[in-house]
Amino acid sequence: MRIPILKLNDCLLISIQWELDDQTALEFQEDLLKRIHETNARGVVIDITSIDFIDSFIAKVLGDVINMSRLMGAKVVITGIQPAVAITLIELGIRLDDVMTALDLEKGLEKLQQELGD
Amino acid sequence: MEIQSCVSILNEWDIVAARQLGRNVAKELGFGTVDQARITTAISELARNIYLYAGEGQLCIDRLNENGKAGLRIIALDKGPGIPDIRKVMEDGFSTSGGLGAGLPGVRRLMDDFNIDSDPGEGTEIRSTKWLR
Repeated sequence: MRIPILKLNDCLLISIQWELDDQTALEFQEDLLKRIHETNARGVVIDITSIDFIDSFIAKVLGDVINMSRLMGAKVVITGIQPAVAITLIELGIRLDDVMTALDLEKGLEKLQQELGD
Repeated sequence: MEIQSCVSILNEWDIVAARQLGRNVAKELGFGTVDQARITTAISELARNIYLYAGEGQLCIDRLNENGKAGLRIIALDKGPGIPDIRKVMEDGFSTSGGLGAGLPGVRRLMDDFNIDSDPGEGTEIRSTKWLR
């Protein structure tokens, strides 16, 4: 099943609602870049409130898609990282240092609007 | 006293099955959400290593009860090429597959006990335990 990508003005909104398997994660990477290209989106919010763990593979796919989006000119904000996910990511040794994050979707959109300067 | 459940790791979907098994057992044993996430993540890393480096193997979950202490042990078994230099794979950032190199040292940090046994040409066995506090 593919992850739906919604368009809101010049932003794309994604809410990941179920546990990501490798295939879905890689398809999402391609789908998002295609949608950025089709819609000229300048910003992307990926909400992961429903995700209860992230392993190094998913972290790599997420980190890569953020960098790929940046190459295309779109800024990405990750929102809704759960306490358990934050703890395990750091313990695992994964630092998403250059990644913009926000507590929830609402704050993520605010942050994106500030970044995009409108 | 031990009760063991196993998942054969042959493809990417088995990694998902192993994670689900681990998470269910962790819940049953009474682990909190953070420990459940630690255990699920550790299983995912170990199962993926089997799939990536050995092609196939088994991931087993033991429910432990030793001297009144409950715990969950992950056993990752394969008959793959083995690990020639264990010290190297336990270094953060070392990867031969283009991954993040967080796997094994990360699993050691997420769990309480970690033990790795590998013979080049014979295979690898990793045992890692989380105790219920």
